[in-house]
Amino acid sequence: MPVSERHSKLVYDALVAAGVEVVSALPETWLVHLIRLAEDDPAMILVRLAKEEEGVGVSAGAHLAGRKSAMLMQNHGLLQSVNGIVSLAQLYKIPLLMLVSDRGHLGEPDPWQTAGGRATRPILDALGIVTDELRDPGTVQLQVARGMTLAQASLAPVALLLTRDLMWEALA
Amino acid sequence: MERIRCLEAIYDELAGCAVVTIMGAVAVELYSLGHRPNFFYLEHAMGLASSMGLGIALSQPQRKVVVLDGDGSVLMNLGGLTTLARYAPGNLTHIVFDNQSLLSVGGFPTATATGSDLAGIARAAGIAKAATVTDLASFRASAVAAIDADELACLVAKVEPVGPKSFHMDLHLLENRFEFQRFLRPDPQGAPS
Repeated sequence: MPVSERHSKLVYDALVAAGVEVVSALPETWLVHLIRLAEDDPAMILVRLAKEEEGVGVSAGAHLAGRKSAMLMQNHGLLQSVNGIVSLAQLYKIPLLMLVSDRGHLGEPDPWQTAGGRATRPILDALGIVTDELRDPGTVQLQVARGMTLAQASLAPVALLLTRDLMWEALA
Repeated sequence: MERIRCLEAIYDELAGCAVVTIMGAVAVELYSLGHRPNFFYLEHAMGLASSMGLGIALSQPQRKVVVLDGDGSVLMNLGGLTTLARYAPGNLTHIVFDNQSLLSVGGFPTATATGSDLAGIARAAGIAKAATVTDLASFRASAVAAIDADELACLVAKVEPVGPKSFHMDLHLLENRFEFQRFLRPDPQGAPS
C-alpha cells in the first residue's frame, strides 16, 4: 500500500509528544497506519467511532476530564461533524485537534472524493477554524505541537490537513 | 411516570458522579431540583451527550458517569450506542428518558411513538444490560443498581410527554462548563472523590 508508514509514524509520534492520550478515529485509506499505531500503543485510549461527529463528544469529555485528545478523520468526516464542531466545540470552548486527510485535492484519482475536496477549505474558513497543512515531514512534529498549543490556548478547534505529499509514498 | 419524579428518585445517587444531560426538559428539571457542580447540561449538539459521557468515562475510569439522555437525542446518534457497546466502560450508566416526542419543539412524535424500541436497539448494539422501565419503583431500583454496578447499562425510562413551564436556567453554559471541568479535576491527593 503506498500510504506512507514512515510519515504516519512521524505524525503519530508527534501526537504522543504533544501529550495526546485519547484518539478518536474512523478509518480511511490514508489513516490506516496511524490508527494501527494508536491501536498498538497500550498507553493510548483509542476510540473507534461509527460516525465522526461522535469524536467531538469524546474529545469534549476527555478535555473536561483532563486529557488531551486528537481526532483522526477524512475530510468527509469533518463535513459530517460540522454540527458537533459548532454546537459543542465552538459553543462550549472545547479544544479540538483535528487531523484531517486532505482527500479530493490535487492528484486525487477517485472521483467520489473530489466534491468534498473542494468544500474542505472553504468550510474550515467559514467556521473560523485555524488550519495548517502537514506537508513537509521535517516540520510535522513542530506543527502538531503548535496546533495543540493553539487549540489548548484558544479553547477552539484547530485543523491540520494531512496532505497527499505527506501521506502518499512516492512510487519508485 | 413523570421524568421529574425519576430525577428526584435518583438525585441523591448522582452525588459525586459526572452527570451529563441533554438540553431541554431534562436539563431544566434536573437544574430545578438543585444545581450541583457535577451536573453538565449539554445545551445543543443533540446526540452527543452519550459520546461526551464515553469520553469522560474512558478518561477517568474511577469516576462514575451518568448520562441523562432522551429518545430524540439517542435517535440522532444510534451509531453511538455501538461505540458505547464496543468500549463498554463499567463506570458509565446511560439513562434515556423516552417520552416518544420532541417535547420542547412542539411535541411531535419520535420513532419510539411508532414502535422503535431503544432498549432493544441498545441490546442489539451490544449493550447486554439494557432494559425498559415504566414505573417509578422499577426505575429507581434499576437506576441505582446500574450506577452502583461496574457494568455499562442502558436504562430506557418511559415517561409522560410533560415538561417544565419555563426552560429558563440562571446558569450560563460557559459558567456550567468551567465549573464542571473544575469538578472533574483529579484530586491532588489521588483518586477522584
